[in-house]
Amino acid sequence: MNRLSVTERLALNKYELDDGHPHIIVNNEVCEAECKIRACLFVCPANVYSQQNGKIVADWAGCLECGTCTVACPPEALHWEYPRGGFGILYRYG
Amino acid sequence: MSDDKLDAIVVGAGVAGCTVALLLAQEGLEVALIERGPFPGSKNLSGGVLYGQVLHQIIPNFWKKAPVERVITNQAVTFLTETDSVSLDFKTPSFLQKPYNAVSVLRSKFDRWLGEQAEKAGAILIPGIKVERLIREENRIIGIAAGQEEMFADVVIAADGANSFLAQEAGLRQRIPEEHVAVGIKEVIALPQEVIENRFRLEGNEGSAFNIVGSATQGIAGGGFLYTNQESISIGLVIQLADLVQRQKKVSEIFDQFLNHPWIASLIKGGKVVEYGAHLVPEAGLKMIPRLFMDGMVVIGDAAGLTINNGFWVRGMDLAIGSAIAAAEAVVKAHQNRDFSAESLALYRQKLEESFVMADLRTYAHAPHFMQNARLYKRYPQVVSEVFRQIYQQDASPHQPLRQIVRDAVRSNNLSLLDLVKDFWNGGRAL
Repeated sequence: MNRLSVTERLALNKYELDDGHPHIIVNNEVCEAECKIRACLFVCPANVYSQQNGKIVADWAGCLECGTCTVACPPEALHWEYPRGGFGILYRYG
Repeated sequence: MSDDKLDAIVVGAGVAGCTVALLLAQEGLEVALIERGPFPGSKNLSGGVLYGQVLHQIIPNFWKKAPVERVITNQAVTFLTETDSVSLDFKTPSFLQKPYNAVSVLRSKFDRWLGEQAEKAGAILIPGIKVERLIREENRIIGIAAGQEEMFADVVIAADGANSFLAQEAGLRQRIPEEHVAVGIKEVIALPQEVIENRFRLEGNEGSAFNIVGSATQGIAGGGFLYTNQESISIGLVIQLADLVQRQKKVSEIFDQFLNHPWIASLIKGGKVVEYGAHLVPEAGLKMIPRLFMDGMVVIGDAAGLTINNGFWVRGMDLAIGSAIAAAEAVVKAHQNRDFSAESLALYRQKLEESFVMADLRTYAHAPHFMQNARLYKRYPQVVSEVFRQIYQQDASPHQPLRQIVRDAVRSNNLSLLDLVKDFWNGGRAL
């Protein structure tokens, strides 16, 4: 059976987008120095992270704010905080 | 926010935060409940049902007013192989007796309601504010800061969830190791009420909850869950992070394969996905509980790592409520004695120790380790499935007695007698 893609799933969610205020910043120097496996590319349920021209890029708008990447990635690789108050994912069911 | 000092600041309006705010307000304390989402529940997600008898002690007959989805009368454990399923399915009308053993809830609605109860009791709900840091005076926590604003109180109660950046900032907890958590991933799938009731053989407001083990997670430590709401199904996986990182499998693809399993697919068929969510799940039980208190601060709920998963059920919300009750008792006492030192707030730990929360965490102290056993996720479901297939399959050749069927299934899955004895013993000890 055909399932929805992650992008299609995220599109069903409600977000209050905080334009211009990314809540995730990737420090690629740390990624390159300390991370061999690029866990961010497979542990994130929202596929926030991708690799572009060898660099990790965070498409933070779709973030579900679970925090899994902050545990799986090397310390300092991510500057990750919750979006500003009132912004980000808004669960209607939960 | 004003400069006036409050009695207590609660950070995070989940079940733990709303409950402690409610209890403190009922005792006449001036308490603020700060939530980063626009309303309580907007950031909250669960992967299990609410074992609500502890909430009934605080809000008698809460189910009459609260947005409760279904009363869980049917609980089951299902083992999956790649193609097969074997369920141990328990159903009893006695679970329809009040106070209900368990109910399903949708957190965005339920926590919002619980927050309203805290407000009605006199708590000041402040939504849409993210607490950015703690304010200290020497080694004592005296308040919180959000942007340019500061807010002061005798005690800060961190109910800020599994990530608890506040507990980390306070030094009560280290950075979370990946061995201690799992990633939870879930869909809410809408289906008409009659379809849910027919499909799960439910009458009226009865509901089902399944724990799913085996091929659900492609052999990675973890499991699945499925429970019925009034007009939707909550379905998801909880995957141990350390094992996931080691196997380097994409979590969204594991979830897709799970949803495509024939047994799962038949249960969600025709449904419309209405929400996709993810949440970090504390999984290490006793081992990961941080220091729970310090001068001017206590930690409760998921932030304190209070969850249990024993394969048959997953619990968190009731433990969160239990911790909120223990914390409220300690804070009220501290308020009476005008003493918010660590020595005084240690009463929280003591009350927690005396409650079902720590008792159950101790009972299942070995469960997290047992649940890491790879045999549980691959070989045992395979053995169980083979045994049942041999029992039911009649192909005009002589039938083997059950003991031979079991022996063959064990052998063909490369399980040794020693493994069996060891796992049986450990399982008996852990569960």
